[in-house]
Amino acid sequence: MGVSSKLGNLGVVTTTLEEAVNWGRTGAMWPLLFGLACCAIEMMSTQASHYDMSRFGMELNRASPRQADLIIVAGRVTRKMAPVIRQLYDQMPHPKWVVSMGDCASCGGVYNNYAIVQGVDEIIPVDVYVAGCPPRPEQLIHGIMTLHEKVRGERITDWAN
Amino acid sequence: MATAEPKTQTGQLETWQGDVEALRGLVSERAMTGETMLLNMGPHHPSTHGVLRLLLELDGEEIVTCLPDVGFLHTGIEKNIEAKTYEKAVTLTDRMDYLSPMSNNMAFCLAVEKLVDLDVPERAQVIRVMCLELARVASHLVWLGTHALDMGAMSVFLYAFREREKILEMFESISGQRMMGSYIRPGGVWRDLTPDFLPSVERFLSEFPAIIGDYEALLTKNPIWLDRTQGIGVIEPEEALDLGMSGPSLRGSGVNWDIRKAMPYSGYEQYEFTVPLGEHGDVYDRFLIRIQEMRESLKIIRQAIDRLPDGPFRSNNRKFVPPPRSELGQSMEAVIHHFKLWTEGFSAPDEEVYVSIESPRGEIGCYLHGTGGNKPRRVHFKTPSFMHISALGKICQQYLIADVVAIIGSVDIVLGDCDR
Repeated sequence: MGVSSKLGNLGVVTTTLEEAVNWGRTGAMWPLLFGLACCAIEMMSTQASHYDMSRFGMELNRASPRQADLIIVAGRVTRKMAPVIRQLYDQMPHPKWVVSMGDCASCGGVYNNYAIVQGVDEIIPVDVYVAGCPPRPEQLIHGIMTLHEKVRGERITDWAN
Repeated sequence: MATAEPKTQTGQLETWQGDVEALRGLVSERAMTGETMLLNMGPHHPSTHGVLRLLLELDGEEIVTCLPDVGFLHTGIEKNIEAKTYEKAVTLTDRMDYLSPMSNNMAFCLAVEKLVDLDVPERAQVIRVMCLELARVASHLVWLGTHALDMGAMSVFLYAFREREKILEMFESISGQRMMGSYIRPGGVWRDLTPDFLPSVERFLSEFPAIIGDYEALLTKNPIWLDRTQGIGVIEPEEALDLGMSGPSLRGSGVNWDIRKAMPYSGYEQYEFTVPLGEHGDVYDRFLIRIQEMRESLKIIRQAIDRLPDGPFRSNNRKFVPPPRSELGQSMEAVIHHFKLWTEGFSAPDEEVYVSIESPRGEIGCYLHGTGGNKPRRVHFKTPSFMHISALGKICQQYLIADVVAIIGSVDIVLGDCDR
């Protein structure tokens, strides 16, 4: 948490606004309930009992983009689906983050052809790329932890943008 | 927070809103005057099992027309395979029906083997059957979890995925990958079973029947479940056949059609199992059949373990199957074969073959046309999900909007399988 507790013995904790907000944001980052292809099945495995992503504050997948903080693009992005993803991203309220899960979402994977967008970063800005085809649940969790690290490093001056 | 602007701009999402005229003939005339309501469902919807879009025409809560719109996951896999050698194409087939990649591998490999007339040793055939049935159980577990989740039963999902992890671990131990193993290859399987595979299958076989009992205890006599599934999504046997349905969704209507029995492959004729059949053709019957199929799969796996012979796990025909790595250091011929197979691949005659197998969802057919060279001219997959999605329009008619979710779950569609 990085909170300095100089007055700990008085039951008082001091911190900065930045750190407190960032801590809160990592603790309850709700993903959009959104899957595209094979990676979505591994994403479901990550949320299910064995890997249990709710350990990282992701109890709940929101089906509505209006209630989501994070979009995990899990699977290949086709040209037909691309406008839909862009619309979903636009509908999400700030602050919002994007994890590109798997090779197809990150760079098109093995499908360099007429149907597949060569990476979801052509449509929406991506924070963390997770490699793998499909990535193991541990890899996705590592991606989430990396994102948390990034969020904890955000500066108050960036929020205005 | 990412602030980078997107590199390309995409246009406005096309909607049906305000463009009713374009739908004339597809929806009823009442929609033209605004008497019935047009509602868009998907492609981002938690209960469409992927990126399926349905256009629903509603009279109150009742479905008048249901128009499926597919292609949101069209990947061009069939076209990509035309640029790959037969060995390399196997990895692409994994990613079509991503709930049971083994079945896709199997359909493609059987087609290749038929095209080049390649033998498959007995041990490989038994290993294949074992993997296919494990894949069937794993696929049905995802179906069960998501089907129940759609109808509001959260806990079944958590239980089902717990067991599925065990099967994925077995797949990982033999193929090195949890889901996309590409384990079944032309001429046999990629490598022999690992020492820990059979013990873990044995353990699974002893635990799992009781766990199916747990699932049934949660759902089979649950009054809410019965209300949501019995008498919903009824489809008559003739209609189901006309719509091209197959697999458990067809057998739910009482049609006794299982490729494993009708056109046995990989030695399925030597296994004893029954094909569960439904009576009413509703969502509940399709649910019962899949539960029963999991039990039957366990029986088949049991028999496969008992009959598993020793011997090679892939064909010894070096023109089509790479030599074992141990030979590479000793035999010049093995090095040549290895090099030829992994660079140029093998050639197949300019002929066409069609093979179909019973996947967890129904009939997967693979049409393969060789060129005489090392790459196919055309590959086409006949996939059950495509048929079942086209049947949705018929099945959903006259039911309520909440039943659509139940019906989609009960025909068990995978959009990767449909769109490819």
